[in-house]
Amino acid sequence: MSSCTAPNNVEQALGDKTLHFGLGAEPQYLDPHLASSVSAHNVIIALIEGLVSEDPKTLKPVPGVAERWEISEDGLVYTFHFRKNAKWSNGDSVTANDFVYSYRRILNPNLASQYASMLHGLKNARKYHREGTSWEDANVGVVAINEHTLQLTLENPTPYFLELLNHYSWFPAHPPTIEKFDAFAKQGTSWTRPGNYVGNGPFVLSDHKVNSVIEVTKNPNYWDADTVSLNKIRFYPIESADTEERAFRSGFLHLTQTVSPDRIDYLKENYPDLIHFESYLGTYFYRFNLDKAPFDDVRVRLAFNLATDRKAIVEKVTKGGQTPAVCFTPPETGGFTPKARFKFDPDKAKALLQEYLNDKGLNSLPKIELKYNTSEGHKKVAEALQGMWKENLGVEIQLLNMEWKVFLSTIAKRDFSIARAGWIGDYVDANTFLHMWRTEDGHNNTGWSNARYDELLDLAAKESNATRRFSLFDECEKLLSEHAPILPIYFYVHVTLRSPTVKGWHPTLLDHHPYKYVRLLKGKE
Amino acid sequence: MSKFILLRILQAIPTLLVIATLTFFMTRMAPGGPFDSEKNIPAEIKAKLESHFGLDRPLHEQYFLYLQNLLHGDLGPSFKYMGWEVSELIAKAFPVSAQLGLLSLGIALLLGLPTGIVAALRKNSKYDYLLMTIAMIGICLPTFVLGPLLILIFSSWLGWLPPLGWYSLSDMFLPSLTLGLFYAAYIARLTRAGMLETLNQDYIRTARAKGASPIRVISRHALKGGLLPVVTFLGPAFAGLISGSFIIESIFFIPGLGKFFVTAAFNRDYTMVLGTVLFYACLIIILNLIVDVIQATLDPRSRNL
Repeated sequence: MSSCTAPNNVEQALGDKTLHFGLGAEPQYLDPHLASSVSAHNVIIALIEGLVSEDPKTLKPVPGVAERWEISEDGLVYTFHFRKNAKWSNGDSVTANDFVYSYRRILNPNLASQYASMLHGLKNARKYHREGTSWEDANVGVVAINEHTLQLTLENPTPYFLELLNHYSWFPAHPPTIEKFDAFAKQGTSWTRPGNYVGNGPFVLSDHKVNSVIEVTKNPNYWDADTVSLNKIRFYPIESADTEERAFRSGFLHLTQTVSPDRIDYLKENYPDLIHFESYLGTYFYRFNLDKAPFDDVRVRLAFNLATDRKAIVEKVTKGGQTPAVCFTPPETGGFTPKARFKFDPDKAKALLQEYLNDKGLNSLPKIELKYNTSEGHKKVAEALQGMWKENLGVEIQLLNMEWKVFLSTIAKRDFSIARAGWIGDYVDANTFLHMWRTEDGHNNTGWSNARYDELLDLAAKESNATRRFSLFDECEKLLSEHAPILPIYFYVHVTLRSPTVKGWHPTLLDHHPYKYVRLLKGKE
Repeated sequence: MSKFILLRILQAIPTLLVIATLTFFMTRMAPGGPFDSEKNIPAEIKAKLESHFGLDRPLHEQYFLYLQNLLHGDLGPSFKYMGWEVSELIAKAFPVSAQLGLLSLGIALLLGLPTGIVAALRKNSKYDYLLMTIAMIGICLPTFVLGPLLILIFSSWLGWLPPLGWYSLSDMFLPSLTLGLFYAAYIARLTRAGMLETLNQDYIRTARAKGASPIRVISRHALKGGLLPVVTFLGPAFAGLISGSFIIESIFFIPGLGKFFVTAAFNRDYTMVLGTVLFYACLIIILNLIVDVIQATLDPRSRNL
């Protein structure tokens, strides 16, 4: 018997061209200068377009608001020429001054944007954002040459700069709207509500019911509206993976944000065409606290690393197609693949630990705490490692799960011995991974500091030759593996369910999918 | 009676103040804050962020400011849902939860009362055992098991009802049933117990002796007393039902109040925690008052207040 009452969105969508999208979490902000989450990204890219846009397959920069650009020979000055028909959704033209205004807004310390540091690559941006210099005196490297030409000057040649522009922190906001709602330096205003929101992207915000739906409708004023095939996208913030799966299987959703790990085996067997495993630019790892014994000694950190069978973790525990993290930066990140250095060698591990114990006159290590934020998945990995380390090193590990916010404050206070972590790249370049182990980086949180490492990254920042740059990065990776302030475990994979009617949707490393290329069709394209 | 009601309303004020105070300080004592995230932000930027929402002021100042705003009916902005006021989020979610709650209550009463009455009248018969066993299973079966089970049967296998959402009438049936069955089971057991106690009273025997028909004995005499425990239970149960159920809302993707209530604590969305707690407290106070009034009309003994 077929359903007589349930609305089958997926079937209807072939006619009304509405994409029904599982969003996962409700975004905290829809303001591009304040947003800080994947779910916010997924909505904002429908509403706003940056200087450049993304190729749907490779994510390489393609013309967006700027129809063309020039890069100076030293790689420091980018000149963007705007297309004349780039419009805001209310019909206003998108101008170079709108971008100057936007960059001044996000860098304004009073706005307190969490992602403002993404713009620190702009010349003098840091001076204005962090060092108290006024905008006029700081001379930040963003200038509107004329209404349709924008010039950006960088601190260092940044080979991935154009890719960086596709992060929402670089997106423009409509100045008259921001002014109308007094949102230039203020959070929590209502400019981001339907009816108020003015964007320049392929869609406009048409409805927002918190915890229920965010709806965007095709923007007739978008310069490339002819390419846009979808009439609407409805984003549903369904947090429970099981509910999302039921929604998908009943034809309510075209695609899910995630799949419950417990369901992967079943879905793989029964719906092999609908479940998708796509590489995702992220590393799952553990931090050691170098201020606490025994992890103040590199031999212990190395012993734990060598006693970790990463292959067994991905094959027997996570089972979602993840790959063992034998380095920290995921392979093929912007063309860079580090050498595999984190190896499994339980004998060597045992020997190193014994050497440490002998030095310290100990018989065995005291019980060690491993902290993780409460989640079934994290628990399984932690339990597997607990067993592995017991077997390979004879170490007793006590697992301690914590509620998310408690966990975050514990990490920030460095009140741990070993703690779970994950890092998702903000852009496709090794810098987004390696930068966090610099001495002063706020994400380091291990107590590890290495002058040579910092220097290598400084050199890489100034290096424009890709081969030389990659070899500097590889040296960083080597230092990481020798000092082992961390224990990489696996590289993330994004697992989703997707209807075969969704066309023009390609696996990409950042899980970005420019919606203007998405079409809903039955059968083959 | 009006003096009684007025007194109860006056008593509610210190109760609410205590609840607001405890909630305020307990949320602040929990580690972490609304703006903690995996993305590390420099201390001075975080301080600016907190100053946007007055979180940089001394705690007692924040507390008195909150109370002052509360007197004006201002619950403050949500820290998690930026750009939205707590009061408007509650105003939007409450009707959904109230709808779900009322429907569930309807189902619970419709199933629970007759079941309890029949079981009491056929005490220790096979009907009694069967019905009370089912009711016991109903009480023991958590909604997170029952919900997916009902979805499996009515949506996946039979295809009669949608598995989630809150858009049309047909969407409302499965969640209301899931929530209602649990309460139906409870009501059935309470009704049975209440009825059994009443049926043993002298005035029932008198009514029977005077030749009243069994239906009249039950409907005119026994029910009135037999339902007292159910009415007592219904006050807080009703408040619980209409203020939202986090689990049912998650399973069926319903934009009700329960989700705000529970996730606010995880998000350290201080204003939302306070707003939902106070809203819930008011609901319970009002409903308890109504229950007392109903009880007074049902039972003359409780009137002498």
